Parts: sequence; structure tokens; C-alpha cells
Amino acid sequence: MSITQFLFYFLTVLALFSAVMVVVSKNPVHSVLWLIAVFFAISGHYILLNAQFLAIVNLIVYAGAIMVLFLFVIMLMNLNASTEPQKNNWLKLAGVIAGGCFLMVLVSLVKQANELNNIAVTMGTGEIGLIKNLGKALFNDFVVPFEISSVLFLSAMVGAVVIGKKA
Amino acid sequence: MTLLAVDWLLIIEKLVLIAIIVFASLGIALYTTFAERKVAAVLQDRPGPNRAGPFGLLQPFADGLKLIMKEEIIPTSSNKALFVLGPGLAMTAALMTCSVIPWSSHIEIFDRKIDLQIADINIGILYIFGVVSMGVYGMMIGGWASNNKFSLMAALRGASQAISYELAMGLSLIAVLMLSGSLSLKTIVDGQMAAGGYWNIVYQPLGFIIFFVCALAECNRTPFDLPEAENELNFGYHQEYSSMKLGFYLFSEYINMIMSSAVMASLYFGGFDVPFLDESTLAPNIAALIGVAALLTKIAIFIFVFMWIRWTVPRFRYDQLMNLGWKTMIPLALFNMLVTGALILLKAGV
Repeated sequence: MSITQFLFYFLTVLALFSAVMVVVSKNPVHSVLWLIAVFFAISGHYILLNAQFLAIVNLIVYAGAIMVLFLFVIMLMNLNASTEPQKNNWLKLAGVIAGGCFLMVLVSLVKQANELNNIAVTMGTGEIGLIKNLGKALFNDFVVPFEISSVLFLSAMVGAVVIGKKA
Repeated sequence: MTLLAVDWLLIIEKLVLIAIIVFASLGIALYTTFAERKVAAVLQDRPGPNRAGPFGLLQPFADGLKLIMKEEIIPTSSNKALFVLGPGLAMTAALMTCSVIPWSSHIEIFDRKIDLQIADINIGILYIFGVVSMGVYGMMIGGWASNNKFSLMAALRGASQAISYELAMGLSLIAVLMLSGSLSLKTIVDGQMAAGGYWNIVYQPLGFIIFFVCALAECNRTPFDLPEAENELNFGYHQEYSSMKLGFYLFSEYINMIMSSAVMASLYFGGFDVPFLDESTLAPNIAALIGVAALLTKIAIFIFVFMWIRWTVPRFRYDQLMNLGWKTMIPLALFNMLVTGALILLKAGV
């Protein structure tokens, strides 16, 4: 077992365990914290795939910014186990069946996709995730969609500031 | 043993380096608390701590001993696991920053070249941003787990302040990245050290001011210490904490100060570069030592400025803080980015 494989299994177990804990936790704040752990594990996977830029942006944007907003909302609403509405057992059963069906669809989709057939992931060799190559792809091949989306983001930010100014 | 097919010397070298840097940071942070009290004393025209040891030099150890000896209290209505996790997270996030800062060039021991930087990764500066955004959790988790209204309010204030100022910080940083063309801190410093190159502060005075103000806000220093506004929130997000857990929160603030000073020195003031000295003519070990001394001097100057500001300027109101962040800093940073880009294009003759 090479060190890469060892890390891969470690991160995978961490990601799956944390993901299960997100669902199982009674306390919503704990769920959010476990979700952050999932993001960390996935960022580790990105690094194993040599996509360092994706890894760190995943951490900054999702774990750093979006989850903080989640935490804000949950902390201010003061959700906890006692205030959670009690669902009856039939509803829970229906939820499990629906979720299971969705999982089956997803798994069969991944299994049948042509692009994914007979392709083993090679660790630590890809070049596209490096910031240099990613930047070149974004600014040469995909420059128009990239610029349009960045203008969209900028206008959203300006909009937020304008709304804040009115209040 | 294919599992361990790694360069053991490299691992030992890095472990030693990590240990040295972490303990050095802790030691410097210890004496930064002392310096803070002395600077405050000088600015307020009083002697300051002068009882423990000569000139009060043992004061930080007395303070530390006091914190450790105090009774450890975990409030009964708190969330215990998270209550303990909070200060640990704050401290970890503060210390993790040091791994990408180039403390000096390299030294040579027994023909082995050792870089005085724990990890020269090609996303260095983004890594710092990632770690800084993790630091928010230490504050938020601690404030929430205390189960105290004031702590929660302070934690929310602190987190929203950190997020707001991170934006302007990132935008002002983009201008530096355009100049240096790399995210690696080592490359950024080397670019400023190269013959005929100037420190980035020459090209980026406005960017530096924005970055500095944002660093003050990120470290929760006055005039941005709203999370610790005693007159509104009693004591801030660490209100329920006692003993060394409180010490961790207070200490992580000083370590954050050291690290942000080191980042600012590396980004804008040439890192471990000594002005008007060509390091390549010296023996590598001597040059490395001089480099460390130069970086530490720059850090000390920044820390002094941080303290000077703290004991001179009064605290902002919360709405003023948010106005400054969103309506002044971000537009200024965008303007700075635009001007820098235009000048780079003009110089390139496009």
C-alpha cells in the first residue's frame, strides 16, 4: 500500500463517516460541523488528484464562507433537538424509501455512463487542476462564459451593497 | 515497507522546522503580550509591568502561570464538546498559517540544502485565506457553545466582520498577484529581491493600506475589536471561558497578529530581503540568518504599529465598521485592481 492509497482510504472513510454523521446528528449545529468535515475530506481528495486550486477554493468558498452563513442561520434560529418537529414513523419510512430510490438511480447512472467505464483514476498525475492550467483554460477557451459569470457575480455584490445602503 | 517509501530525512527536517517555527511563534507571542502592556504604558505615560524579574521581563510567564492555575470552569448548560473544541480550533488555525511563510532563504548543513519554509506550495497565499476563514469557526463555535446571549452576539459580530473584510483583503491581494504572477509566497518574495526589483509597496501603496486595515479587522484589533466590546457585550465571545481555554483565545489573537505581520512583510515589504544588500554575495548560511533577522525586524515593526493604533484610536460603532468594509474598502480595492491592471497593460505596450 503506497502512501497515496493510504491517504485515499483515510480520506474516503473520513468523508463517508462525516456524511453519515451529518444525517444522523440530532443537533443541527453538529450537522453543519460534520458537513465542514466532509468538505475537508473532499478537498483532500482534490489534492490527491493534483487539483490544488480546486481543493483550496472548495475550502475557502464552501467550508469558509457558505457554511458560516449556514451556522449563522441555525444559531440565530436556535434550532435544537427539543424544538425539532416530531415526524411520525410512516413519514420517516417514506423518506428512507424515496432516498434509497434516488441513491439507486444515481449509482446506476454512474455505472452506465460511457465516460466513466474502464477508467481508473490516476492519483497525483493530472495537470488540469493546477492553477496555471486552469487559468489558461478559463481565459483562453472559456473566456466569454467566464467573463459573463464574473459580471453576474459583481452585479450581485453591487446589488447587495445597494440594498444595504437603503436600509 | 512500501507504505513508507518516503525520504525520511525530509520528514525529519520538516518536523524539526515545524517544531522550531511553532515554538518560536509561541515564544514571540508570549513576549508580544508583554510588549503590548509596555507600549500601552508608554503611550499612557505610566511605568507598566515592572515587578516580575528585571524590567518586568518575567511578566508573561507570571501571566501564563496564573492562567494555568485558575479554576477550569465549563458551564453546565453549555455544549461541552464544542465548548472545548472552540479554543483549540482558534489556536490551530492561528498556528497553521506559518507553514507557507518563507522565513528566509535556505541553509546548508552537511551538504544538505534546507529551505526555511515548511511548504512551498503553488497556492500559498490562497492557503492562508483558507486557514483564516477556518479561524472564524473557533470564535463562532466557542460563542455558541457557551450558551450565553452576549457570547453568541459577539461571535456573530466577529464572524460577519471577518467575512466582510476578507473580501476586500482578497481583492487588494489580486493586484499583488498580477504584479508577481504567482500565488507562491516564495516566488513573490524572490521577485521583490531580484536585482533591479523594488518592494511591492512601491507599486501598491493603496493596496497595502487596504490590506493593512483588513488585517487589523481580521485580527479583531482596535479599532475593529467589536467582538470584544466590553461596554456592549460584557467580555465578548470568550465570556464564559476561564483558565487556559481563555488563554488560548487571547493567545491566538497575538499569534494571528504575528502571522498577518509576516504575510504583509512578505507580500509588500520584500519578506526576508535586506534593502541595499546583495544576499547572493554572502555565504548561504549567513545570508539565511540575516534574512530571518530582517523578517523578524519587519514583523516587530508591524506589531508595534498594531499596538500603537490600538492605544490611540477609539473603537468603531458596528454600523460604521460594516459601512467602511462594504462601501469604502471594497470599491477602493476594485479601483486599485483596475488601475494596476491598466498600468501593467500600458507597460507591456498592448
